[in-house]
Amino acid sequence: MSFFSEALWVLLLGSLLGLELIGKVPPTLHTPLMSGANAISGITMLAALTLIIKSGDNLPLLIIGSISLGFALFNVIGGFLVTDRMLAMFSRKKTRK
Amino acid sequence: MTFIAPLKFAIDLLAVLLLALGIKGLSKVRSAREANRLAAIAMILAAFGVLLNSQGTIGISINSWIWIICGTLIGGLLGALTAKRVPMTAMPEIVALFNGCGGMSSLLVALGVALFPSSDGSDGVVGELIRNFSIVVSLFVGAITFSGSIVAMAKLQGWLSTPSWTQSKARHFFNIICAVIALIGGIYLSIDGQNGLFLIVVASSLLGIGVTLPIGGADMPVVISLLNSYSGVAAAAAGFVVGSQLLIVAGAMVGAAGLILTQVMCDGMNRSLVSVLFGGALGASSVASGGGGGEYTNITSCSPEECALTLEAAERVVIVPGYGLAVAQAQHTLREVTRVLENADIEVTYAIHPVAGRMPGHMNVLLAEADVPYEQLKEMDVINPEFPATDVVLVLGANDVVNPQAKNDQTSPLYGMPVLDVQEARTVFVVKRGMSAGYSGIKNDLFDLQNTSMVFGDAKKVLGDLLLELKELGVGSKA
Repeated sequence: MSFFSEALWVLLLGSLLGLELIGKVPPTLHTPLMSGANAISGITMLAALTLIIKSGDNLPLLIIGSISLGFALFNVIGGFLVTDRMLAMFSRKKTRK
Repeated sequence: MTFIAPLKFAIDLLAVLLLALGIKGLSKVRSAREANRLAAIAMILAAFGVLLNSQGTIGISINSWIWIICGTLIGGLLGALTAKRVPMTAMPEIVALFNGCGGMSSLLVALGVALFPSSDGSDGVVGELIRNFSIVVSLFVGAITFSGSIVAMAKLQGWLSTPSWTQSKARHFFNIICAVIALIGGIYLSIDGQNGLFLIVVASSLLGIGVTLPIGGADMPVVISLLNSYSGVAAAAAGFVVGSQLLIVAGAMVGAAGLILTQVMCDGMNRSLVSVLFGGALGASSVASGGGGGEYTNITSCSPEECALTLEAAERVVIVPGYGLAVAQAQHTLREVTRVLENADIEVTYAIHPVAGRMPGHMNVLLAEADVPYEQLKEMDVINPEFPATDVVLVLGANDVVNPQAKNDQTSPLYGMPVLDVQEARTVFVVKRGMSAGYSGIKNDLFDLQNTSMVFGDAKKVLGDLLLELKELGVGSKA
């Protein structure tokens, strides 16, 4: 049970941290923030990696893991790039001024 | 290899720190871009940590490597291509699509572990029951996130309309049944670890569709934000399934931060989360209650030429851009028009309603793309007191956000929504394709006012004509 109780603490503290991190967000940043947070939620790629590594020679499991990894990376890489594209437009304006 | 475990631990800690700083930084304009990169670096670090740890302890077989590389390449390339190609106007859809894929990933992990129980990464430290429960949560939330996001995307793209049956009370019945079936499946699965698996997946997917389908276009961003929060929860649940604390922290952070963001967005639209989720589309309820209806009685329309003449004489012009502008891809033409006006020493500002575009902040992105200086964008609270001192307001493809009903008419479904007080200005020009209603399907009293003139036509074409007229008048050409 030790992993479980530790994990619950982690869950609790992580949630509190998340609640505190965003206080006031200017409306300008709602879309980029949503898209950035969305990219981070693709962190399930770690679970997919673990799944693949531990599956040994189990072919169906390897395939499930690989598809899962693909979906997660689609989310992560696409998400970060798209966020960067949006934010690049803001920062370009600022440097010129 | 005793240094592996502490090293992995250090990498995980660093990754969590960077992720937290990333989310924090993303909420400030100044630091947003760097913050996004920090978060991306954190993700790379985290993946590296998992690979290093596995290689150092149990080893990674060639077979696994092949599948890892396949998944990475295909998913990564598709993601990169999509991100590069997608037009800025389609941003809400694409966030929904990415988000759905994140949910799908969590779902598949849980599915894999449930089908082949020996493969869970927790090495027995997680009790059987708890593991099964985590699988249930991961499947349930993952499936809702996926199906809900895909429906949201399809609706935003216009592939799906809102079917009328979804506006009836029957949909609550349908959703409750799906939820109950998913719950039954969940209990089965928790007990014996196998049965009920597909019951959950199917019922939760249907639930995701049933909840998202009735929601109207204007509320969609809130739903996407909420689904984004769900995908964090799904990730945290997957963290319990494979026994990864890093995953739990990151998932919990995204879940909680997404919830706050959802709340902030609801506040901007003066809608409560409950009414967004269960109230159905705004337009449908207005038809039912009869509020805000009625015919237009006093429409004045004018040509771009007359509009140009008025603009020439103005000193202060405020532009109110809406989604119609973005659809017509007219933001670049608009920028040229405003350049001409600025050359003629006419003060130009842009009034940005919190929900202009289709997502909060979406319009800022679109205007930034067209080189509009950041300083000229004024938020609603800043610009509203300035309207009485404004000569001309140009409303481009916006509708509900400039509807005075929201302030004056208590029976209107829009009542209470913060709006831009454009009617206070001396002259208002509304560029619109026709007399069709906005998202909400509600009549706009602004159009009936004395000082409002309609300029009918596609925003891009009207602005192009306007540009020509202004040049003919010699506005802004005085070297």
